[in-house]
Amino acid sequence: MGARTSRAAAAALTLVVAAGCAGSGDGGADDGRITLEFLSLAWQEESVAANEALVAEWNAANPEVQVRYVQGSWDNIHDHLLTSFEGGEAADIIHDDASDLTDFANGGFLADLDGLLPDELRDDIPAESWATTTYDGGVYGVPFLQEPRVLIANTRLLEASGVRVPTTEQPWSWAEFEDASRALTVDEDDDGTPETYGVAWSMREPVAQSVNLSLTTGGQVFERQDGENVVRFGAADSAVAELVNRQVHEDGTAPEGSLGMSGSETLPGFFADRYAMVPLNFSFRQQVSQQAPDGFAWTVLPMPTGGPEHGLAQGVVPQTLSVAEDSEHQQAAVDFIAFLTRPEHAVDLALGDWMLPTSRTALTDPALNAAEDGWAVGSEIAAELRPSPVLGVRGYPEWKDKIATPAFQEYYAGALDLAGLRDELTDDGNRILDRYQR
Amino acid sequence: MSVARRSVAHRAGRAGQYLALCAYLVFLAFPLLWLVSTSFKSPQELGAIDPTWLPRSPSLDNYRDAFDAQPLLRSALNSALVAVSAALIAVTIAVPAAYVMVRFRSRISQAGTVWILISQMFPFVLVIIPLFLVLRNLHLINSLPGLVLVYVVWNLPFALWMLQGYVRAVPVELEEAAAMDGAGRLRTLVGVVLPMLTPGLVATLMFSFVTAWNEFFFALVLLKSPEKQTMSVILTHFIGAEGVADLGPLAAASVLATLPALLFFALLQRRLVGGMLAGAVKG
Repeated sequence: MGARTSRAAAAALTLVVAAGCAGSGDGGADDGRITLEFLSLAWQEESVAANEALVAEWNAANPEVQVRYVQGSWDNIHDHLLTSFEGGEAADIIHDDASDLTDFANGGFLADLDGLLPDELRDDIPAESWATTTYDGGVYGVPFLQEPRVLIANTRLLEASGVRVPTTEQPWSWAEFEDASRALTVDEDDDGTPETYGVAWSMREPVAQSVNLSLTTGGQVFERQDGENVVRFGAADSAVAELVNRQVHEDGTAPEGSLGMSGSETLPGFFADRYAMVPLNFSFRQQVSQQAPDGFAWTVLPMPTGGPEHGLAQGVVPQTLSVAEDSEHQQAAVDFIAFLTRPEHAVDLALGDWMLPTSRTALTDPALNAAEDGWAVGSEIAAELRPSPVLGVRGYPEWKDKIATPAFQEYYAGALDLAGLRDELTDDGNRILDRYQR
Repeated sequence: MSVARRSVAHRAGRAGQYLALCAYLVFLAFPLLWLVSTSFKSPQELGAIDPTWLPRSPSLDNYRDAFDAQPLLRSALNSALVAVSAALIAVTIAVPAAYVMVRFRSRISQAGTVWILISQMFPFVLVIIPLFLVLRNLHLINSLPGLVLVYVVWNLPFALWMLQGYVRAVPVELEEAAAMDGAGRLRTLVGVVLPMLTPGLVATLMFSFVTAWNEFFFALVLLKSPEKQTMSVILTHFIGAEGVADLGPLAAASVLATLPALLFFALLQRRLVGGMLAGAVKG
């Protein structure tokens, strides 16, 4: 046994030494050649392939500036990046979304790209998108992909109901949407439990949806007062939340059961005719196209509007490409980002992720304007998208987790009335925001 | 008559026990079986409202997609290397340490026990940044030995705690007998105590191995190079923003990730229930 133990210990040490030798050697400066690390969060197979192909193309054309592709994970991305930043070991080029940039920009971890970005890139992305990554006059990321919320509808049920099919030019008003939901709700045996609900709201993460859709009725939930962020929840801010509540608890056109679901979890019910429409993010179309039973026809519709003055506005949180402040080659990193987000490349990335590019030129690409899979609807909405009101609000994650998520969940479940929801969001909520703004 | 009745009651009781055991096994095995079943289903079947126990038309597509999309084999080897190394080193350190803490009662051993308890209270998030900085100074960021070191340190307190109980159960009379025969401390530890600790060693090894095999956050943060990433990190590459997942390939990869741990258990479980102490000392 003694000999066996010694052998085991020796084996362990050998393994560790072997592990240390295996694959060591980071790409660093070598004969004037630099190697940049690109942490990408692309995860869908087509999207990873598109990213890898673009990195290979860049590396072939730029032998002096090589890029190493590192696939990261959306899971725990904030903690992962925070640790890497604090430890001075972050990748040079970082893929994330705009909601994370506020804290990292405030912490001094991200490079201000103002002055480094080429004019063509600046001009090709609308000011509304740049606003999502601009804080205190600095630009801390290139917003390159975004996705609105859309309605995905069962084509057969939609046609059978006889309701007007909305387009981006003539969208439904919220009132029409409520009527359409009634028309699509079917309770054949009249037992009070419809066989088909008009719409299924997936509200496991209710805050972002509630805040972003409030823009459709002129709300925004967060406003700037004397240079500080304040939560308000007036009539315009709460109109969509009230509608959801009404559909579930008064009209009976939306099931209570779906409120606790994620978007993916509503799909089986959608395919089985239990729900005629599901409001989902634009990229969910990929899952729908993959999982839909043979012969199942689906249509992408724009979200309803609160009125002509609001158009198809809704808040979005774009995906971004940033450069670490600690990177020794910030200009080279920005050059790579500019290459990656060229219109023709942005199209590839958008198609891979089933999202929309922010680039105006890319949005005119025929592939993104095809009727198939609702691409055209997304591209037509793109110009109306606005920065999510939550962007740039310090303390938003705490407000969301501690106050807003439970409050919205209780409200949608019928356990809290509108006044109670308003009190919780604003009274307790503003106390949290105040703490971050002292 | 009463004997017959007792026999029937006995049989009924035994049947009930087996029934309860079966129910418990189903409860334990269900998630694994469901995972295996999911891994053979098509996307359409995964999106069906009535879930099926068995795949309607089983296919290996998810496994093919998982292997195409991610370097599963390489990451499994990394995980195995790290988990086996961490488990062996932790146990190698913990055995003599636990022996000393049990047999030589002193302030140091008491302080050690308190340290063990305190160390279990720290969440990962609290220690990760200081740990990252320490490892960076040791040039152990992005290296598998660095990760092994972290796992050894992380597992050691609990391994010590577990082994102390086993060491305490070894009758001190056996060591006295060995001493009477002229064995020194080391000889006694290696030749007498260690063989009797086999079930404890195996249990501690299993615990350390599984903890290291499953660990995600340290591996995510400490390993940057794709070629060094471990299985738990690679699995998250099948999950996108807002929890959307490529469910079929994720299930397939998860099944593959479960196999080594199952294999490890299968190999060692007989030793775990060895009952080495039975009959060692009379009276």
